[in-house]
Amino acid sequence: MVAPLYDGRLAVDIAGIKMQTPVTTGSGTFGFGLEFTDFLDLEKVGAVTVKGTSLLPSCGNKGQRAVETPAGMLNAIGLENPGSDYFLNVTLPKLRKYDVPVIVNIYGHSPEEYGQVAAKLDVEGVAAVEINISCPNVKEGGIIFGTCPEAAAAVIKEVKKNTSKPVITKLSPNVTDITVMAKAAEEAGSDALSLINTLLGTKIDIEKQRPVLGNVTGGLSGPAVRPVAVRLVYQVAQVTKLPIIGMGGIMCAEDALEFFLAGASAVAVGTANFVEPDIAEKIAHGLLNYLDRHQMQNIEEAVGLALPHGKHSMPLYNC
Amino acid sequence: MTHKVIEKAKVMGQEQLSPTVRLLEVEATAIAASARPGHFANVRVSYHAAPLLRRPFGVAGVDKERGTFSMIYRIIGEGTKMLAAAKKGDVLDIVGPLGNGFDLDCARPLIVGGGLGLAPLLYLSQVLKRADVLMGGRSADELFWRHLFAEKAEKIFLTTDDGSLGTQGTVLALLPRLLAEGGYDRVFVCGPVPMMKAAAAACIKAGVPCQVSLEKYMACGLGACLSCACTIKGKRAKVCQDGPVFWAEEVEEW
Ligand SMILES: Cc1cc2nc3c(=O)[nH]c(=O)nc-3n(C[C@H](O)[C@H](O)[C@H](O)COP(=O)(O)OP(=O)(O)OC[C@H]3O[C@@H](n4cnc5c(N)ncnc54)[C@H](O)[C@@H]3O)c2cc1C
Ligand SMILES: Cc1cc2nc3c(=O)[nH]c(=O)nc-3n(C[C@H](O)[C@H](O)[C@H](O)COP(=O)(O)O)c2cc1C
Repeated sequence: MVAPLYDGRLAVDIAGIKMQTPVTTGSGTFGFGLEFTDFLDLEKVGAVTVKGTSLLPSCGNKGQRAVETPAGMLNAIGLENPGSDYFLNVTLPKLRKYDVPVIVNIYGHSPEEYGQVAAKLDVEGVAAVEINISCPNVKEGGIIFGTCPEAAAAVIKEVKKNTSKPVITKLSPNVTDITVMAKAAEEAGSDALSLINTLLGTKIDIEKQRPVLGNVTGGLSGPAVRPVAVRLVYQVAQVTKLPIIGMGGIMCAEDALEFFLAGASAVAVGTANFVEPDIAEKIAHGLLNYLDRHQMQNIEEAVGLALPHGKHSMPLYNC
Repeated sequence: MTHKVIEKAKVMGQEQLSPTVRLLEVEATAIAASARPGHFANVRVSYHAAPLLRRPFGVAGVDKERGTFSMIYRIIGEGTKMLAAAKKGDVLDIVGPLGNGFDLDCARPLIVGGGLGLAPLLYLSQVLKRADVLMGGRSADELFWRHLFAEKAEKIFLTTDDGSLGTQGTVLALLPRLLAEGGYDRVFVCGPVPMMKAAAAACIKAGVPCQVSLEKYMACGLGACLSCACTIKGKRAKVCQDGPVFWAEEVEEW
C-alpha cells in the first residue's frame, strides 16, 4: 500500500467521501480539474468538485459574465456546462486516471430533473454529488430552490431516491436564516452540507450608465465574502450533525482554518484558483504547519474549536 | 498543447512608448522558451486581496537567448497602474503561456491592427519576418507602433482617422485594395472589435483566410471560470483556452 499523504494527518471522511486532505475545490472555479494539471498534482487535492452539471448542455448567460469588485468578483456565468452525457463520456474517463474523489455539482430546473441527473451520475468514478440549489425552479415560476425549505427538501429527496452516492447540499447565503435551510436539508436526507455559494450583487458602469454584467446581477465571491461565509458556517454548525464543507474567500491555510474552527470538517477553495492555480494543493502544507504549532495530530481536532461549546469559547457574561 | 507554468519573472525594464503605453520586459525562461505568437500571459499585479485577479496581456516579443519576453500595455485602471510601478529587478508572478497561437502556415501574410491589438502582432511579425503590416489609429501620435515594427516588417501601411499620417480613414480605407492587389494568402487581425469585424468581413469577401485575436473579459485565463465562453462555428468555446485566436469566418459572437 502507498503511504497516506501527510501521514494521514489531514485525512477526513465526509459522509463516506475519503479525502486525503480536507481541501476540495469550489464548483465552477476549477473547471473539471483537468485544466489545472500543469500546475498541481490532482491526487494531492482532497477531492475535485467539478463545474455544475445539468441533464442537457447549457450555454449560460449573454453579455459580460464576470467583473472584478473590491477584494472579489461578480460572476454571472449562468451555469454553462456541456451536459451530463459529455461529462460521463468525455470528461469522467480522463478524470478517472487520477486517484482522487470526484464530486459532481448538479443542478436542474425541477426536482425531477435533479433526480434524473443524479441517476445518470450514479456510476463508478463519481464519489458524491453536490446539489446546487441556487437555481430557479422553472415550474414554480422561477423561485430559487435554495431560498425555500420545502422546495429544497423536494430536490434533496428526489436526488437521494436516485443515487447510491453521498449527497451534499450546497446552501445559498441569500436567505434570511440559513439554519432553517440547513435543518430542512438534514431532515430531507442530505449526507453533508457545503456553504457558501455566492452572494448576489450588482456593479454599475457609471460611464455607460448601465449594469456591467449582461445578467445585471451576479454572484459575489472571493475574500470580500469570507467573514459572511465564516459566520454562516458558525451558525449552521450549531444546528446540524452533518459534516460541513466550508468555503467563501479562502486564499490561504489561515483563511481555511477559520472555517475549521467555525465547525467545517473540510473546505473548498474557489476564486483563489484563478489567482494561484496551485493553491488547492498548497494549502495542505499550511494546515500541517498549524497542526504542528498547536500540537494537534489530526485536522479533525481543530473542527469546531471556536464554537460556543468548543474548547476556547468565551463564557457569556451578563451586563 | 503548450505546457503552462507559474513563473517568478524578473523585471528587466520598462520603456515608455507613449504617455499611457509601456513596454515591459521580464526574464521568464520557461515562458519565453515556449511562447508562440498569439499566446498571452496572466500577470499578478498585487499580493493583496485587491486587485485580486491576474491581468492578461499578449506576448509582444520574445528573446529566447536571454530568456526574456515583453508585454506592451496601456495604463487604464488600478492593475495596470500598479504594473507601471514595477522597477528593474522586481519580481512578478506570471502564468503562461496561455491560449492557442496564430496559424503560421502561410507564404505571404498581411498583419492588420490597431491600438493595443498591435502588441501580440508585434511578436507575430518578429516570427514571420518581413510580413507587410497595415495599422490604423485616430492620429499620428497613436501610431508610435510603426517604429517598433520598422525593423521587423517589410512594408508598413498607415491610416489615421484625422489624416495626420498616412491615408485618411480607418484600415478599411486601404484593406480591400491591398487584398485585391497584394497577393496575400493570409491576414492576421487584432484591434478594436469594429476594426476586427470589418477587416474580417473584407477578407472573407476577398477570399483570403483570416485569423482574428479576440479579447473578452476573463477571470482565470485557464478555461475554468467560463467568463469568456462564446460560440465559435456553432460550438461553445473559451477565448482563453481555444482562442484568443480564431478563424474569422467561425466567429459568431465578437
Ligand atoms: C487575452 C487578452 C489579451 C490582452 N492583451 C493586452 C495587451 O497586450 N495589452 C493591453 O494593454 N491590454 C491587453 N488586454 C486587456 C488588459 O487585460 C486590461 O486592459 C487590463 O486587465 C486592465 O487592468 P486594470 O486593472 O488596469 O483595469 P481595470 O480597473 O480592471 O479596468 C479598467 C477598464 O478596463 C476595462 N477592462 C478591464 N479588463 C478588460 C478586458 N479584459 N477586456 C476589455 N476591457 C477590460 C474595464 O472594463 C474598465 O473599464 C488583454 C486582454 C485579454 C483578455
Ligand atoms: C466563476 C464561478 C463559477 C461558479 N460556478 C458554480 C457552479 O456551477 N455551481 C455551484 O454550486 N457554485 C458555483 N460557484 C460558487 C463557488 O463554488 C463557491 O461557492 C463561491 O465562489 C464561494 O467561494 P470562493 O469565494 O472561494 O470563490 C461559482 C463561482 C465562481 C466564481
